[in-house]
Amino acid sequence: MSVIYVLLTISIVVAVIFFAAFIISVRSGQYDDSYTPSVRMLFEDELVKSKKTSSTQSDSNQIQLKD
Amino acid sequence: MGNQKCFHCGDDCAREHVRFDERDFCCNGCKTVYEIFESNDLSYYYDLQSAAGATPKLVEGKYDFLDTPSIVEKLTEFNDGHLQIITLYIPHIHCSSCIWALENLNKLNPFISSSVVDFPKKTLRVNYDVSKISLKELVILLVRIGYEPYISLDDIENKKKGVDRSLIYKLGVAGFAFGNVMFLSFPDYFDLSSSAADGGEFWLNKYESVFRWLMFAFSLPVVFYAGSDYFVSAFKGIRSKMLNIDLPIALGILVLFLRSTLEILFDWGNGFFDSLTGLVFFLLLGRFFQQKTYSFLSFERDYKSYFPIAITRILADGKEESVQVNEIKQGDRLLIRNEELIPVDGILVEGDAQIDYSFVTGESEPIKKGFGDKVFAGGKQLRGSIEIEALKSVSQSYLTQLWSNSIFQQDKASRFQTLTDSIGKRFTLVVLSIAFVAASFWLYYEPTMALNVFTAVLIIACPCAIALASPFTLGNMLRIFGRKKFYLKDSQTIEQLAQLNTAIFDKTGTLTTPTKHTATYEGMPLTDEETSLLKNTLRSSNHPLSRTLYNVLAEQNIYTLDDYEEHTGQGLKGSKNGSQIKVGSAEFVGDHQVSEGLNTSVHISSNDDYKGKYIFHSRYRPGVSKVFDEMSKTMDLAVVSGDNEGEKERLAQLLPKLTPLYFDQKPRDKLEFVKALQDQGRKVMMVGDGLNDAGALAQAEVGIAISENVNVFSPACDGILDASKFDQLYHYILASKKAMNIIKFSFALSLAYNLVGLYFAITGQLQPVIAAILMPLSSISVVAFTTIATNLLGKNLK
Repeated sequence: MSVIYVLLTISIVVAVIFFAAFIISVRSGQYDDSYTPSVRMLFEDELVKSKKTSSTQSDSNQIQLKD
Repeated sequence: MGNQKCFHCGDDCAREHVRFDERDFCCNGCKTVYEIFESNDLSYYYDLQSAAGATPKLVEGKYDFLDTPSIVEKLTEFNDGHLQIITLYIPHIHCSSCIWALENLNKLNPFISSSVVDFPKKTLRVNYDVSKISLKELVILLVRIGYEPYISLDDIENKKKGVDRSLIYKLGVAGFAFGNVMFLSFPDYFDLSSSAADGGEFWLNKYESVFRWLMFAFSLPVVFYAGSDYFVSAFKGIRSKMLNIDLPIALGILVLFLRSTLEILFDWGNGFFDSLTGLVFFLLLGRFFQQKTYSFLSFERDYKSYFPIAITRILADGKEESVQVNEIKQGDRLLIRNEELIPVDGILVEGDAQIDYSFVTGESEPIKKGFGDKVFAGGKQLRGSIEIEALKSVSQSYLTQLWSNSIFQQDKASRFQTLTDSIGKRFTLVVLSIAFVAASFWLYYEPTMALNVFTAVLIIACPCAIALASPFTLGNMLRIFGRKKFYLKDSQTIEQLAQLNTAIFDKTGTLTTPTKHTATYEGMPLTDEETSLLKNTLRSSNHPLSRTLYNVLAEQNIYTLDDYEEHTGQGLKGSKNGSQIKVGSAEFVGDHQVSEGLNTSVHISSNDDYKGKYIFHSRYRPGVSKVFDEMSKTMDLAVVSGDNEGEKERLAQLLPKLTPLYFDQKPRDKLEFVKALQDQGRKVMMVGDGLNDAGALAQAEVGIAISENVNVFSPACDGILDASKFDQLYHYILASKKAMNIIKFSFALSLAYNLVGLYFAITGQLQPVIAAILMPLSSISVVAFTTIATNLLGKNLK
């Protein structure tokens, strides 16, 4: 068997892997909303910081809905 | 005073100043939201964006209908009695603070497991534990932090459609195959495999068939999946005896595929698989580009998007129950709370109504109704709660029966033949005849070449570039218009805009601004003292007319009145140092002779002497005269208004002489008016804003809705124009015409390429490599030309 079969197989397998990754990402809804994630990724750090400053009182102040 | 801005919502703190935690708030509502955020570690909300909030407006009992299990069942996406998932539309979502606060809902209530915002669509998807927090509690929580979800009749009647991602898949398949086939064609491009005798590379030559069959395998999904739309469309076209542009494309794809397969089967050559996959890929790319959608806008709204799901019905024994709007029957007694929409025509049986018909007519001035008056569906009760007795069911009300007209069932797209299609028709005929003539010539001259030439003509003449010209030009125009705040439903609307010769305008809310009014005074002049007293009396009143008049009057010293009375529905009385002033209806101020004119007016009397009246005028948008002057040169114009003739003279002065003005037109009349013009062969544009224009907007070739704020509701239409750009309307129409010229130019350009290709095809010299170069070259140059030309065009627009 010639080496060209191996090479072609490898190249096509790699291409198919990327193609499958694309299909999976579309199916999971990754392309439905292309804006919000760009904002969301900037939140995380600040969130942790603000939690540390006043985490003691958070539970006691759970707001009551029924009034 | 007056300069402090609310820390939460950014409004002026003038009316009700609340100071809390060293911050200023405009009302207690805003302060409460601040407290909720502050005490739950969510104050980062204010760091992200200052004054991002909205004042919460919680109306007692408004969401009672969410206790009804059948309604909840229809609204939720998933429900197993434990976990519930719902997607809510929240119009207020507008900045990163909103995303942050809403995605941290679980900090406010631990039973909310996750909440995800889709910013462009302004929706929030919430997973929550229904055994711990009901949907009603969830909604009330959102309302309390100023993010009121909008739940309408539409949500319950139309189940959410799944997202259509097929075009992305097809594009992916075509792109994947295109890349790989190109890659596998390389030996052929470099002519390495031509033959071993010519010095070709031996081992590439030896494995030639492997390359070929791999290319064949890659092209299969492209032809039968990615390109399937073209076959379907061509087939539909033939069946309805219409030659559309998809027919030559489908023919081209089919012939490319069959000829290539035959070539590799009988070892004649390498086939045209690269051109085939490339062609489909480029075509789909064009389609994808054309498919620009504004996900935050909806062009398909009917009255259902405005109407609530349920309303409170009062039973004979005085009990209240939540009833779905479509189940309301004639004779039902309904409770309409403050800020609720009246769903059916009815008779007012209890309470004083202040009804805002701005959804319907675009007029923001509330209308007063008393006991026994008829109220129409679509109005919003503004103050206190009222009770009405239903006269009709929802679908038969004055406004809603408009939607029973057949025009709302028709698809506008099917009534219109695009330029591409009309050219495609001739193109197909010409290409087919060239193919047959060339084939019969070769049949006579050299029969073995005949099939080769016949297929070559069909391949090379495949109107790839023509099919791309229109999507790229119009798709780009759509984006340019979008940046100028002129949002169009689809690219076809641009073609329609270019053909217009008649424009019909609604008056209220379209030519006038719904928010700003002016008032002029008629009668005996008021003394300075009286004016000052008047202004101070008005200061205490919250009535919209009082607010307007207050803003119209010159600045006066502020002092406290000795006495102040407000008689709901009649007027105001104020006194200071023995002098007294009355403002209100003619009857209230003590004058019985003065007849109420057609215009809204407020009468004044000082110490029981009748003085005069202020007449209110709606203010016309800046640029109304300019737009009409410009448009009247090339188009016929008319104004069709649902109002009375009170404004006729003022309007006539503003507009070009002899502009036809029609008043007292019912929603149905407007529709018929447009239809009558179309029957005379006119291409009509309707410009309106309210639900009462919905029929005319749907009937017209192009229906444009004017909107003060594109995020709030506008009726179903083809385009939404931001009110601030009203004066540019004519320039947008002109730009559409120019865009059509750009398309025609690119047609000529691609025809030139086709002629070159045809030369090769007819003379029987079409090599795969020529097709592989010519096709992408023509496509790319057409795309480049249209993009540059439309961008230049866009630069000149304001």
